Amino acid sequence: MRYATQKIAFAYFGVAMALFALQVTFGLLMGYVYVQPNFLAEILPFNIIRMLHTNALVVWLLLGFFGSAYFLLPEEAEREIHSPAIAWLQLIIMVVGTLGAVLTYIFNWFNGSYFLGTQGREFLEQPTWVKVGITVAALLFLYNVTMTVLKGRKTAISNVLLLGLWGLALLWLFAFYNPHNIVLDKQYWWYVIHLWVEGVWELIMASILAFLMLKLTGVDREVVEKWLYVIVATALFSGILGTGHHYYWIGLPAYWQWVGSIFSSFEIVPFFAMMSFAFIMVWKGRRDHPNKAALLWSLGCSVLAFFGAGVWGFLHTLHGVNYYTHGTQITAAHGHLAFYGAYVCLVLAIITYAAPILRNRDPYNQVLNMASFWLMSGGMLFMTFTLTFAGTVQTHLQRVNGEAYMDVQDQLGIFYWMRFGSGIAVVLGALLFIYSIVVVRREIVEPGPAQVHRDHLAHRTPAE
Amino acid sequence: MTEAVHPRTGLPGELIMWVLIVSELAVFGAALLIFLVLRLGDPQGFAAAQDQLHRLSAGVNTMVLVTSGLAAALAVRAAEAGQRAAARRWLAAAILLGGVFLALKGVEYADAARRGIGLETHVFFTFYWLLTLFHAAHVLAGMILLGIVAIRAGAEAVEAAGQFWHMVDLVWVLLFPVIYLL
Repeated sequence: MRYATQKIAFAYFGVAMALFALQVTFGLLMGYVYVQPNFLAEILPFNIIRMLHTNALVVWLLLGFFGSAYFLLPEEAEREIHSPAIAWLQLIIMVVGTLGAVLTYIFNWFNGSYFLGTQGREFLEQPTWVKVGITVAALLFLYNVTMTVLKGRKTAISNVLLLGLWGLALLWLFAFYNPHNIVLDKQYWWYVIHLWVEGVWELIMASILAFLMLKLTGVDREVVEKWLYVIVATALFSGILGTGHHYYWIGLPAYWQWVGSIFSSFEIVPFFAMMSFAFIMVWKGRRDHPNKAALLWSLGCSVLAFFGAGVWGFLHTLHGVNYYTHGTQITAAHGHLAFYGAYVCLVLAIITYAAPILRNRDPYNQVLNMASFWLMSGGMLFMTFTLTFAGTVQTHLQRVNGEAYMDVQDQLGIFYWMRFGSGIAVVLGALLFIYSIVVVRREIVEPGPAQVHRDHLAHRTPAE
Repeated sequence: MTEAVHPRTGLPGELIMWVLIVSELAVFGAALLIFLVLRLGDPQGFAAAQDQLHRLSAGVNTMVLVTSGLAAALAVRAAEAGQRAAARRWLAAAILLGGVFLALKGVEYADAARRGIGLETHVFFTFYWLLTLFHAAHVLAGMILLGIVAIRAGAEAVEAAGQFWHMVDLVWVLLFPVIYLL
């Protein structure tokens, strides 16, 4: 750790990982409700669990981004964080707001109160005081990181990261507008969530990946920056008007079908560029960094983001296809792999990179961490495939043959059982990851027989 | 023209400008292809809709925009030779011709609007409005860009704006036959 204030990042990562554990647990619970629909129906209805699952995801990813910024900006700017006190205050506000929102959902406190209660929305559903809290926290954060960068060295990585974080905070403001018209409600909701995950979050993702590649592979900063600019340009070019792919059937004019189809088809480009970038940097890199687990998560992130966001997104982005698949399990398949690949893996990658540095734990024993990558990613891929098959069957039975929704759901039971199984793998993987980060392990790993054999071969001089 | 080739990319001019140009061509190209495919399904409807457009005005506009492209190219040449005053004059000419293009386009749009032709009138007009309005927005953006680079008239900036302007030109040359003539 080169700067003492980077330590703050670990507190953010800690809270993020705790929420991550909660989020996947709620996910598993939902997976069980899918196969046993009356489970907890009276105490914790499905729509509440879903809200917890999706909101916890967004909040822990945000905390991961904040932590990443506090970790990497001092190194990029070559100075300490402007105000550690503000960073702590921001974290406290985020934690209090999150707890407040969770408890308000579960117990439905202050029902009907504009400032204290829920608002009857499907998404962007936080009590107003929590929204205000998030905004104050975001302003504190932006002030803190912007001052850090302004006073220090300015790099492409920190500039792109700041651009993404400013965009994130400004777009959040649309959450305060709660129109009576449900079409407008949906339209503004997408201003937040689409322009986040298919716009400014991609800038954050690209800059964090660029930072990791710089550190892990040792390629020239100039090369990294060139890639970064191309990724940013293509992400914004396709992503902003790509919002149109959410406007097909919510009551907006029909021309959005063409605008959305055409622009969102190109949203795969920045994800392809990020994947190419990550692998080319590793091939070109001369540095053999000991943190192999961070490299595994970084490469995994770029590949799974390309498939989850890029390929699975394109699968149903054309409005002619989406007319049939809209809101089926195809959407769920895409949502899971896209969020997991692009953002979960990203935050876990930087946590994996940062944790040993923040805790002074060189050299590394990351066997468990890498095992958690394969367990979690394997589970998530299996879930994606089962949901894709479920969605294909559902589309045909329900949308083509016109069978009733619940009749079709009954026929999908086998897929939902398999999804529940894959959910167990993901939860175990997540817990294993957290254990590997939090608990200090034996440092030296004894090489197994395969590695001993390989080392032996490598050191033997060629016979001919 | 002297070619300042980028040492790493092997491209003349700014890399990001090329990324933008390729992206624009991909989007307009995709939209034109979809337009042509949709036309296969309703040739009569498309032909009838097309007859309501002003082919002559669009033809004149093609000449205007291509001439404007020439002015931009001459501005780049002048800027590279360090002749700032000449570069500014050519840039002004390019901007002026861009303005003529938009004026003619405005007349065309006003007439269509007066006759009640909107985005939902026919799928032909959905594409007509989307494509030509997107293009017109790029003409406006290009005029602003040319104006900004005219302030200092530096060779690299003028070249980048010139690249953008030629892309706007090229897109129109593709739009014009597909939407107005075929």
